[in-house]
Amino acid sequence: MLRLEPRASPSASALVLAPLAALALTALVGTLLFRALGFDPAAVFRAFFVSPLASFWGLGELGLKAAPLLLIALGLAVGFRAGVWNIGAEGQFLLGAILAGGIALRFPDVPAPWLLAAMTAAGIAGGLLWAAIPALLRTRLGVNEILTSLMLSYVASLLLSALVYGPWRDPEGFGFPQTPFFPEAARLPVLVADTRLHAGVWVALALVPLFWLLLRFHLFGFATRVLGEAPRAARYAGFAESRLVWSCLLLSGGLAGLAGMFEVAGPIGQLTPEISPGYGFTAIIVAFLGRLHPLGLVPASLIVALAEIGAENAQIEVGLPRAAGGVFQGLLLFLLLASEMFVRYRPRLGLGRESIAKEPSWTPSPPPS
Amino acid sequence: MAWTATRRQLLTGLAAGAAWSLAPARLRAEKDRVVKAGFVYVGPVGDYGWTYRHDIGRREVEAALGPQVETSFVENVAEGADAERVIRQLAAAGHDIIFATSFGFMNAVVRVARQFPQVKFEHATGYKTADNLAVYNARFHEGRSVIGTIAGHMTRSGIVGYVASFPIPEVVMGINAFMLAMRRVRPDAVAKVVWVNSWYDPGKEADAAKALIDQGADVITQHTDSPAPLQVAEERGAYAFGQASDMSRFAPRAHLTAIIDNWGPYYVERVRAVLEGRWKSHMIWWGLKEGMVEIGPYHPDLPASVRKAAERVRRGIIDGTVHPFAGPIRDQSGRLRVPEGKTLSDEELLRMDWYVEGVQA
Amino acid sequence: MDALAATLLSVVTAATPLLLAATGELVVERSGVLNLGVEGMMLTGAVAGFAVLAAGGAPAVAVAAAALAGAALALLFGLLTLTLLANQVASGLALTIFGIGLSALLGAELVGTPVERLPRLSLAGLSELPLVGPLLFGQDPLVYLALAVLGLTAWTLRHTHLGRVIRACGDDHEAAHALGYPVIAVRYGAVLFGGAMAGLAGAYLSLVYTPMWAEGMTAGRGWIALALVVFSAWRPGRLLVGALLFGGVTILQLHAQALGLFAVPAQLLSMLPYLATILVLALLAGGLRRRSEAPACLGKPFRPPA
Repeated sequence: MLRLEPRASPSASALVLAPLAALALTALVGTLLFRALGFDPAAVFRAFFVSPLASFWGLGELGLKAAPLLLIALGLAVGFRAGVWNIGAEGQFLLGAILAGGIALRFPDVPAPWLLAAMTAAGIAGGLLWAAIPALLRTRLGVNEILTSLMLSYVASLLLSALVYGPWRDPEGFGFPQTPFFPEAARLPVLVADTRLHAGVWVALALVPLFWLLLRFHLFGFATRVLGEAPRAARYAGFAESRLVWSCLLLSGGLAGLAGMFEVAGPIGQLTPEISPGYGFTAIIVAFLGRLHPLGLVPASLIVALAEIGAENAQIEVGLPRAAGGVFQGLLLFLLLASEMFVRYRPRLGLGRESIAKEPSWTPSPPPS
Repeated sequence: MAWTATRRQLLTGLAAGAAWSLAPARLRAEKDRVVKAGFVYVGPVGDYGWTYRHDIGRREVEAALGPQVETSFVENVAEGADAERVIRQLAAAGHDIIFATSFGFMNAVVRVARQFPQVKFEHATGYKTADNLAVYNARFHEGRSVIGTIAGHMTRSGIVGYVASFPIPEVVMGINAFMLAMRRVRPDAVAKVVWVNSWYDPGKEADAAKALIDQGADVITQHTDSPAPLQVAEERGAYAFGQASDMSRFAPRAHLTAIIDNWGPYYVERVRAVLEGRWKSHMIWWGLKEGMVEIGPYHPDLPASVRKAAERVRRGIIDGTVHPFAGPIRDQSGRLRVPEGKTLSDEELLRMDWYVEGVQA
Repeated sequence: MDALAATLLSVVTAATPLLLAATGELVVERSGVLNLGVEGMMLTGAVAGFAVLAAGGAPAVAVAAAALAGAALALLFGLLTLTLLANQVASGLALTIFGIGLSALLGAELVGTPVERLPRLSLAGLSELPLVGPLLFGQDPLVYLALAVLGLTAWTLRHTHLGRVIRACGDDHEAAHALGYPVIAVRYGAVLFGGAMAGLAGAYLSLVYTPMWAEGMTAGRGWIALALVVFSAWRPGRLLVGALLFGGVTILQLHAQALGLFAVPAQLLSMLPYLATILVLALLAGGLRRRSEAPACLGKPFRPPA
């Protein structure tokens, strides 16, 4: 029998070794998969994991793809710690893009710093607005935020579609669903030549240590964790649940909205119906892959972005079908998630009886009730 | 198995390829040269719609040019920031010519084309060209004139249901061409349009077709990808038309004919042009005449008179005696938009954002 | 068949796949597990059922294959989250990515293949009755199956020992374990049931709703099913209301378009099913807060003490 014993504290060596073991196992499973499909595994792996990193430009693309995931996951992770299930970051991302885009189109003559500042504010406001609806409904009426946030994602996508097919359509665009290009002043500057790494990427990175500090040292970080792991304790400790729910949803919504603004003011430069390839949903995986820890989100977002770019590359270089790339991505995620076990638990084989083990002590224990 | 239906187009492609290969003699000189052609798809090749047809075109290139060409493709490419990376990767990986097969890739192609002046780019359905960026598009609306003619003959209720995706000019033009042709046969006919806000959602397409039939439509036509509306028509005793492919296998009774997207011959010719060093940028809009749009086989039970009327329109468009948008054309409010004896120009068609009389959209 | 009956039939057809998948997920969640991989399991079920039917298998075999395929994916999820204690939310999303890819890989050769739609029930005399005939006696067998499983689920959860055990696992797995219930085994059972039901939902799409296989043909219905479980407040009865509401508004907005009722962009009409679901849930919410049966341990891993 496999038994899992909790570790007193997360094992530092397992923290590093477990993902590496998962990657090794993925390589093994992937080899079998690709061989079964008639591909040379080494060539596929090279296309997946080596070629995208082999050029300066490729590294830039990795950062560009990882940045929105990181930014959204930062906010989501805080909410997930508190048991606030915002799975509608996709909608908040889109609303941020819509409002920021609206500003760029409405005030094309405002000089850059002001215009970008206004767009940033609008992007955050859009995310906040879209997250406020689930927050209001949950705290006032007890409506579960999973449903509202998810449904509102579809609504946001249709709203974007209605705008770019309707009133915001470029009159010179031959009737196609797109707005005019934003003015130059509304575009985020690219800070590294020969890449598409815009200022937003660095903002996302800069927020990582800030969030780490917030969650590590501020009462808010503690309160969210208590709320997530022992809601009753949170009440005893005097943390107002509804205020925490509002904070978590607004924080994650605001960051998702900001990510939406970065995407349209960065690489895209206009509004179209398809500005997000599902960043809001992918970021949920990133959040958990990074163990809901700000520092963990950086490698997690990079791995997920690399797996995405790698799947494209494997199609180009070796003709691996996109579907096989998806299967491989799924396997990679499965194994990474499963490897988490070794960080928190020590697996033991055997049947020996021991006294009932305590839960890992680095989670707050529930209070006597 | 999936390829049997396309044998006809495959042969067309081969024949066209053979005809072209006779002309220039440089071919032999560059016999050993291999051209790499890359394709960027917006959907999966298994969508049985838009992307599926482009991929058949890609396979025709492989069949026609054999060892002289290597093709690769990337499917399911999102039209946001990802598109530019994929197109650039293809260019950096040594592709000589890259086909970007969705409108939404336009600005990404333009940007990459600027960075890779030696690579040839081809963008489907767009409007921006460059020295190394050509645009190609198909006059799908010509096919709609043919099926509109058939619909006018076959509808008893005078109500035709139109399952539509998004109001882009191609779709709007298609609806209008269909309606004009139908009214030429049946002046009191109307077309009810339902937008499903998706290119591809079989369930919702089926629901839309059901709703239209419930409201009296006895002919269904569609500008969405899946054969679902045809299946509904088959079951409910209505008629319908295939979209992009011959879909008669999905509706053996209801399927009157199909508008077939036939990209293969164009792809073969353009890749061959690169091979022979004579590729030039252009903006083409090909239709029935050039074979980029084809009308599938007519249903054997289609009355001879209807078949004849349909053929008259098809041949007329090919020889230029019939124009899908010949006046008089009135819009929905009854205002005369195109007087008798005039036709809409290509420019006006490409900007079309209004509906003709009889369209209920 | 008159237009009203036909319209109502469309609503039932639109609601059935949602109902099948949501019933399974409801049981999963009542046992305390959150499996967000419904979309992936649906697609895998859809392609498996279609492949069997296209290869000449009997309809019943095709349906069973779909259920098995869904359950197989669910087993993978169970191994990850119940045995290896991986995070459920992330594992479910990974399962969706995996299932979308796997179904596309398996179905690559099936694109463009037609199959015979599964037959409808036909009872001499009854099925021809106006209005009620086709609605009550002329549906697809899977519709009756969906209703039967829903009823059985409601009854089991409420009135049987098994139901009490499932609920106990979801509400307080420590206590359930202390009472001697095999929490992990119960959850495995629930997860497999959920997978099988998602597989059936997929089969309904690829064999009945639109008998064909095409990549990603579920078009997001797995997500709607997940939302409906929340809508139901984890109570089977309300699941039926939710599925009919969502399916009904979807069909009605298409009818409204065909009638030309509203001169607004179609995108706004397409928002209606989502907005209606939120609105109805908000309206119900006053009474719901007391009667919601949200499992307290939803999504939390359980490690049986040695």
